[in-house]
Amino acid sequence: MRPSNSQWKAQLGASIPEPMASEIDVFENEIALRMQGKIEDRIFAETRLRRGAYGQRYDNGQRSDGTTTRTIVYPSTNTKGPGTLWDAPGMMRIKIPFGGLDAVQLEVLADLAEEYSDGIAHITTRQDVQLHFIHIEDTPALMRRLAAVGITTREACGNSVRNVTACPIAGVCRTQTFDVTPYSKAIAYFLLGHPDCQTFGRKLKIAFSGCKDEACALVRLHDIGAIATTRDSKRGFELWVGGGLGPVPQQARLYEEFVAEEEILPISQAICRVFGRLGEKKNRNTARLKFLVSKLGIEEFRRLVVEERKILPFDARWTDYLKDVAAYKEEPLKPAQLLQIGVAQPEGFAQWHQNNVYQQRQAGYSTVTIALPLGDLTATQLRALADISRKYIKETIRTTVEQNIVLRWISEADLPAVFAELKAAGLSTPVAGTIVDVSSCPGTDTCKLGIASSRGLAGELRTRLAAKNAEMDETIGGLRIKVSGCFNSCGQHHVADLGFYGVSRNKNGYTVPHFQVLLGGEWANNAGTYGLAIGAVPSKRIPDTIDLITTRFRTERVDKETFQSWVKRIGKAECKKMIDGFTAVPTHDEDASYYSDWGDPREFSIGDIGVGECAGEVVYPIDFELVACEREVFEAQLALEAGNVEKAGRMAYESMLHGAQALLKFRFTLAPEGADKIVEDFRVNYFDTEIFFDPFVKGKFAQDFFKAHEEAGKPRTAEKTHQLIEEAQLFIEACYSCHARMTATPAKVTA
Amino acid sequence: MDHINVKIFLDESSTINPADIVPVFHRWIKETVCPEVLIDVAEYLHVPAGPGVLLIGHEANYSLDNRENKLGLLYNRKAKLEGTFQQKLAQAHQSALTACDRLEADPAFAGKLKFNRKSLEVFVNDRLLAPNTAETWKTLQPELAAYFQGAKIEKVGEPRDLFRVAVNRD
Repeated sequence: MRPSNSQWKAQLGASIPEPMASEIDVFENEIALRMQGKIEDRIFAETRLRRGAYGQRYDNGQRSDGTTTRTIVYPSTNTKGPGTLWDAPGMMRIKIPFGGLDAVQLEVLADLAEEYSDGIAHITTRQDVQLHFIHIEDTPALMRRLAAVGITTREACGNSVRNVTACPIAGVCRTQTFDVTPYSKAIAYFLLGHPDCQTFGRKLKIAFSGCKDEACALVRLHDIGAIATTRDSKRGFELWVGGGLGPVPQQARLYEEFVAEEEILPISQAICRVFGRLGEKKNRNTARLKFLVSKLGIEEFRRLVVEERKILPFDARWTDYLKDVAAYKEEPLKPAQLLQIGVAQPEGFAQWHQNNVYQQRQAGYSTVTIALPLGDLTATQLRALADISRKYIKETIRTTVEQNIVLRWISEADLPAVFAELKAAGLSTPVAGTIVDVSSCPGTDTCKLGIASSRGLAGELRTRLAAKNAEMDETIGGLRIKVSGCFNSCGQHHVADLGFYGVSRNKNGYTVPHFQVLLGGEWANNAGTYGLAIGAVPSKRIPDTIDLITTRFRTERVDKETFQSWVKRIGKAECKKMIDGFTAVPTHDEDASYYSDWGDPREFSIGDIGVGECAGEVVYPIDFELVACEREVFEAQLALEAGNVEKAGRMAYESMLHGAQALLKFRFTLAPEGADKIVEDFRVNYFDTEIFFDPFVKGKFAQDFFKAHEEAGKPRTAEKTHQLIEEAQLFIEACYSCHARMTATPAKVTA
Repeated sequence: MDHINVKIFLDESSTINPADIVPVFHRWIKETVCPEVLIDVAEYLHVPAGPGVLLIGHEANYSLDNRENKLGLLYNRKAKLEGTFQQKLAQAHQSALTACDRLEADPAFAGKLKFNRKSLEVFVNDRLLAPNTAETWKTLQPELAAYFQGAKIEKVGEPRDLFRVAVNRD
C-alpha cells in the first residue's frame, strides 16, 4: 500500500538476520499469491496469524452505527481469511520475549506506530506490543523494520507457542530464587518455529517466575509454567502444566517438583510433541493443553511426556545456552548511590516513589514502573523512554503483564531526575500496581470477540478512582481491577480482586451492555485462586458497584484481612446481595445512557443486532426464566463454598437444563419435561440447526451441556464441580445471547 | 511523495472538550459525510499529548490531534494519490480545511470551536522517502513555498520525527 514498502528490503538488507529475512520474504510472496487467488483463504488466514497479523473488529465489512448495520465498502473485494476483507485494517502483534526491550527497539516501535498505525503502541497482558489499524500489505515492511532490530512477530498469534513471559523484575527481585531471564529467552527462541510446535490445535503459553509466592509471572494460569527452585544447590524449575483462563479456566497442575535446568528445554519440547500429537484438532474449544491434561489425568500425561523425552533426538541447543547463563547479568550504567533523604524533592515525587519504585536486591538500585493508562503510550513517549534509558541505565527495559513498562537499574540518587523526565513525558502517573492501575483487554474497541467495552470501563474506573486518590488508600489502594470484554479472559479478570467480563442482557426490548462481576481472585502466589462470577451488572453501574464493595471492605475489614479472606468470610450470598441493588435497568425513556457503552455513543448492539422489534414494551417469560437459571448457578456456587459438592454439581447441571428448557418454551410454548427429552429436543432444535451457536465458539456451550447431562448423577470432584459451574454460567450466557439473536430486528444492511 | 499530512491548529479562542468530538465522528460515519471510506472512531484522550480522537478511514484518517499538547485537525493521508507533490499537498490541505469547516459548523460545538487556518503543520508520514533531514527540506522547500505563497515556512522537529514543517501566515 505504501510506496516505500518495497524499498525497505533493500534499505535494511544485511541488517535483517536469517532466518527472519527469508521468513518475511516467504510471507511477502504469500501475500502476493493470495492477491492472485493462488492461496486458499483459510490457509492464508493461519499463515498471517502465525506471522502476528491478526484480524480486527469490523473486518467482515459490517458495522452497526447504533441503529443500522452498514456495509463498509472497501476498494478491494478480496479477502485475507474467511469473512475477513483484504482492505480492512488489522492488528499486528509483536512478540517481546520476557518483555525485554532496548532503546533502539523502542524507537523503531515509535516509528512504526506513527507510520503504519494510529500513533499508539499498546502493551498487552502477555508483554507483547500491539499496533492497530494496519493494512495487510504494509506488514512485510513493518516486519523487516522490526527484524532489523531483533524483534519478530512470528507465532505471535495462531496455533503456536505464544510470547514467553517472565517476571519483569527477574534478576533484580529481592525474593527470587535465581534470575529466570536467560531461561525464558532460551526457550522462546528454541521453540520459535520449531517443527514440533507446528501441529497444535490451539495456542500454547509459557511463563517463567523467579519465586513461588509472588505473582509476577502468573505461572498457574499457563499451559507450561516454570518456577525457579534449587535442589542441592543445583538450579531447576518446579514445572506446572495445563493452566489457562478463557471460557473454562483451569489452574495448572504440578508436573514435577524439580526439573533440572538442563532438562527444561527438552521436557518442554516433549510436552509440545505430546500436545501436538494428542491434543484436540477439530474442536478448537477443547483444543488447549488444559483439556488434554484433564482428559488424560496428570499421571498419564506425565508418563507420556517422560516416554516422549526418552525418544527425543538429541539437540545441542538444549544445554548450549547454559554456558552463558552463569555469566548472564545486566549491568547498571551509573554507580550505586543512595537517594538523599532530607533533600527537597520535586512535587509529586513522594507518592510516585511509594507506588512506582521497587528497591532492587542490588543495594543502591531501583526499578521504576511506568504505569501506562490502558497499556497505551505514544510514539513521542516511546522516544522519551529511549532517551531516558540511555541516559540513566543500560537500556534495561521490560514490559509487564500488567500492561506497564519498567526501567531497571536506576541508581537511587537519580530517581528525582528520572521522575522529572518521566513527568515531562507524561509518564509519571503514581499508580503502579494499585487499584487505579486497571488492566484491560482491547474489548469492543478493536477486538472481533468483544461483547462490551472493557477499555471504556477501565478508562472510566481509572479516572474516577484517581480523582479520589484511591491509590493511596491504605485498605483498598493495593486491590487489583482487571476487565475483559468477553469470557475469553484476555484481561485476566479471574485473577483480580475485582474482575469483570463483558456480557449483554435483553432489557426493555433493547440489548444492554453488562459486566459479570467476579470477586476474590488471587493475583499473588502466581495466580493462586480464580474468582467466580456472582452476577451481571449493567455497564453503567459498575463504578457504583465498586464503590459499594470497596467501601464495605474498608469498613468491615478485620485487622489485616485480605480482600480474598473478606469475600470468603462474608460469603457469596452477601456478595451477591451487594450487587443486586445495581442490576435494575431503567427504561430507555428514563435513562438512555444505560443503552450505550462507556466511551461509545452508539446505541449498544451485539453483532449486527439493532433495536428490538417491540422496543420498551415486551418482557418475555424467558427473561425471567434465564434470571432464575443464573440464580441456580449462583446457588451452586454457594453449595460448593459450603462444601456440598454433590449439591453444587447437581444445581449447576439443573441450571443448564432449565436454560435449555426456557429456550424450547420460547419457541414451542409447550416445553418438554424430563431431562432426556429436554436434551433431545434442544439438540434437534437448537444444536443441529446451529441456532444456538455462538458466532465464535460455535456449539461449544451446547456440548458442555450435553456432557453435563451424560455425567449427571455421577460423582464429581470439587475441582470438576467448579468447572461445571463455570460451564453452566457460560451456557446461561449463551442462552441469553441466543434469545437476543432470535428476538432482534433483522439488521438493515446499507451500503 | 505520498502520505502527506496537514494539521490545522485550533484558534486560542476555542473552548471545546475534545471528548465532544467522539459522537460527531461517529455521526460522520453514519452520514457518510467524507469522500473516504470511514471505518471507526478511536479515542486516546487518556494519553497525554497524544493522537487524541481519530476517525479511522481507509484512504485517510481525520483526527482531533493533541501532539505536543497542541490541538488541531489532522488529515493523515494513507492511500496513494496520483499527481505532483503540490497536487497531493493541495488534496490534503483542502481535505483538512473542509473538515475544519464542517466541525465549526457542527451544532455540537455551537461557536465554541474555531480553527486558525493561518497556523498549520505539514508532515510526510514516510521516514524512508522523506526523513526529517536538511536534504528533504532542500528538496521540498521550493514546492512548499510555491504552494503556501507568502507564508513563513520552517522545518521543525528532531531528526527522529517525521519530516515536518510549520506554516504560518501573519
